[in-house]
Amino acid sequence: MSLDGLEMVAVLVVLALFVKVLEQFGLFDPVSLEDSVEDEFELSTVCHRPEGLEQLQEQTKFTRKELQVLYRGFKNECPSGIVNEENFKQIYSQFFPQGDSSTYATFLFNAFDTNHDGSVSFEDFVAGLSVILRGTIDDRLNWAFNLYDLNKDGCITKEEMLDIMKSIYDMMGKYTYPALREEAPREHVESFFQKMDRNKDGVVTIEEFIESCQKDENIMRSMRLFDNVI
Amino acid sequence: MAAGVATWLPFARAAAVGWLPLAQQPLPPAPGVKASRGDEVLVVNVSGRRFETWKNTLDRYPDTLLGSSEKEFFYNAESGEYFFDRDPDMFRHVLNFYRTGRLHCPRQECIQAFDEELAFYGLVPELIGDCCLEEYRDRKKENAERLAEDEEAEQAGDGPALPAGSSLRQRLWRAFENPHTSTTALVFYYVTGFFIAVSVIANVVETIPCRGTPARRPPREQPCGDRFPNAFFCMDTACVLIFTGEYLLRLFAAPSRCRFLRSVMSLIDIVAILPYYIGLFVSKKDDVSGAFVTLRVFRVFRIFKFSRHSQGLRILGYTLKSCASELGFLLFSLTMAIIIFATVMFYAEKGTSKTNFTSIPAAFWYTIVTMTTLGYGDMVPSTIAGKIFGSICSLSGVLVIALPVPVIVSNFSRIYHQNQRADKRRAQQKVRLARIRLAKSGTTNAFLQYKQNGGLEDNSSGEEQALCVRNRSAFEQQHHHLLHCLEKTTCHEFTDELTFSEALGTISLGRRTSRSTSVSSQPVGPGSMLSSCCPRRTKRRAIRLANSTASVSRGSMQELETLAGLQHSSAPQSRSSLNAKPHDSLDLNCDSRDFVAAIISIPTPPANTPDESQPSSPGSAGRAGNTLRNSNLGTPCLLPETVKISSL
Repeated sequence: MSLDGLEMVAVLVVLALFVKVLEQFGLFDPVSLEDSVEDEFELSTVCHRPEGLEQLQEQTKFTRKELQVLYRGFKNECPSGIVNEENFKQIYSQFFPQGDSSTYATFLFNAFDTNHDGSVSFEDFVAGLSVILRGTIDDRLNWAFNLYDLNKDGCITKEEMLDIMKSIYDMMGKYTYPALREEAPREHVESFFQKMDRNKDGVVTIEEFIESCQKDENIMRSMRLFDNVI
Repeated sequence: MAAGVATWLPFARAAAVGWLPLAQQPLPPAPGVKASRGDEVLVVNVSGRRFETWKNTLDRYPDTLLGSSEKEFFYNAESGEYFFDRDPDMFRHVLNFYRTGRLHCPRQECIQAFDEELAFYGLVPELIGDCCLEEYRDRKKENAERLAEDEEAEQAGDGPALPAGSSLRQRLWRAFENPHTSTTALVFYYVTGFFIAVSVIANVVETIPCRGTPARRPPREQPCGDRFPNAFFCMDTACVLIFTGEYLLRLFAAPSRCRFLRSVMSLIDIVAILPYYIGLFVSKKDDVSGAFVTLRVFRVFRIFKFSRHSQGLRILGYTLKSCASELGFLLFSLTMAIIIFATVMFYAEKGTSKTNFTSIPAAFWYTIVTMTTLGYGDMVPSTIAGKIFGSICSLSGVLVIALPVPVIVSNFSRIYHQNQRADKRRAQQKVRLARIRLAKSGTTNAFLQYKQNGGLEDNSSGEEQALCVRNRSAFEQQHHHLLHCLEKTTCHEFTDELTFSEALGTISLGRRTSRSTSVSSQPVGPGSMLSSCCPRRTKRRAIRLANSTASVSRGSMQELETLAGLQHSSAPQSRSSLNAKPHDSLDLNCDSRDFVAAIISIPTPPANTPDESQPSSPGSAGRAGNTLRNSNLGTPCLLPETVKISSL
């Protein structure tokens, strides 16, 4: 490095320091790129408020007190007023510590999220619960059918049923007695279709489903199981 | 206990309807649910402050006090609320946990108090939220450290009590480590300190130029060491002799010689005295005199011997050791900066004629002097580029050096304060123990006072009793009743130290044998018990005992020993004596005595435990020997006429 070169470097250094000093005085504002990050924070704290109590009373079959209790619990857990899929999965997984309930939780989420906007609000939540807990047998069967029908096209195919079955068996986890075999879900699906699929066309429609369930004593009896959950 | 599990359970159960059509087996019936009363508001009254919350909120965590049926124990039916006699400020945090699912730790409360509250309400500390968990753990660790130091200090405080039969080695070692144990050790400590100082001063003074003797040659300056070689040599010899002696003594007394040899202090000692011996054996030839001079430099290490005497020096050394990583970082970053700037300065000044920057290592000196802002001025850049880089160098030097310094300072401060705290605690410990002892003896004294005032006499002089006995609280009454029951059970009475020692003193009248009693249950007054003086006083004391059963020293264990001793008439075993007690004649006297009481055989001879502040432990009681028991019952035996022995 020649002397001139070093002097050049020295001069550059001095210039850089000068710019910094000017910046300090505020006389020289280079473009700052930090503003955009802070804006995002505001969006996430938007909260959702449900409709009034009277409207919910009309729409669902819960009493006023029950709605109050439900909302208090809901609001406590989700202060923002909505549940997104991640939260939903996390909440549901607390009840099934041994297995993996995330797939089934996704199906449930989709069943509750009737308007498919990616989040379950209190109205969705309460509407779903109302059907399950206070609805007629047919309503409940309808709801269950809606749960199984993953693509909501009105009929359950074997693949859909297999997915559901696998997700349910996943919740059991590894340690079961007797040990879980690979083909257990498939066999279960087969027996289900044998029972439900009247015309053997490989899919189960809503009418077939309701009809077959109504004929089954066990199912009818167990539908009453959850009447007094709330 | 996951947060909010209870809230979502109804939802999870409802969602199970999705399994129903798939179930191959019939599902079990639902558990019977009691008719829900709907949600109700509970009132929790904590020391007067009312908290109200939904019942559901508390039910969220069913394995805590408030969430389970345990709270029914605290239900106050008249006011319809749950009453807890606890700290209302802490309860806030507990209740917030139920509400939000996160337990926070209050900053201004003592961590111990918080822990206790958590334990009461059935919450585990693991529930503390992440935001407060770290701080909680840190404070808890700090507290634990402090308490551990307390215990250590206590144990160390017990140290001065030398176990009997410690060898010369052990005693010597203790004298070295802790100079305050005995006067000789203290003297030795100060003498060595003095000689260290003398040696260091001699080293310093012998280099000062003294005026040469004017008679011999033209007055020429000469170092004092050369002018008075003999004097300095004698002084040096004396110091080295003392240091050598001390080192050999320490080596002899050390419990683990290998460890001692490896310790820092012993290395310093060796380095301090070795040059002298090497100097003795190496004759003053010219070719090795250079090395000889180097060796004399090491004599200055004697000043490090002061660290045994000064705690501050030790703290400093310990701090430096603990800050090793920061110092290493400082060194590394400085080295980096020095190399960079030296290179730049060298090349900047290369073109100048008659420059001082002859090489990069030569530029190191300039860089160091500039970075530490010394600026001697012996090397100065002359080109403009050199000056610019030189100024940048000095600015960065200030920064780099300033960075690790606060870490080192805070470390030093922490260690220093820890030391201060330990010293303070040790000093306060004595006062604390004395106060505790006083409180303990206060209870006993209250009882004895009560007894002396005739409070124990049944039936007789009821009204006078009420007058002369001072008012006692319900607690005291029950406590005294309990002690009284014990007395009646064992047929012995509580008494105070003075009475007991005097009672023993009566036995020792005119009788001194080499055998002695076990000290375990005797109050040790230095030599006072052997007082053959005041025989009248003991007589008076004996009369006072007229109404009492056999008097014993404090503690029930001792009473039991005495009772057991009644049965034994064997001669006392040998034990080292603090008080010689006569026994043999008493044994014969007491054989005929008929005391009915609990019988305990304690065959083993007692050990010598000089600590009087401890009540006799069961261990020592187990070792209490015949002699003690015999001496205890010496009192009633001596004065059979005056002592009324109540038989059970």
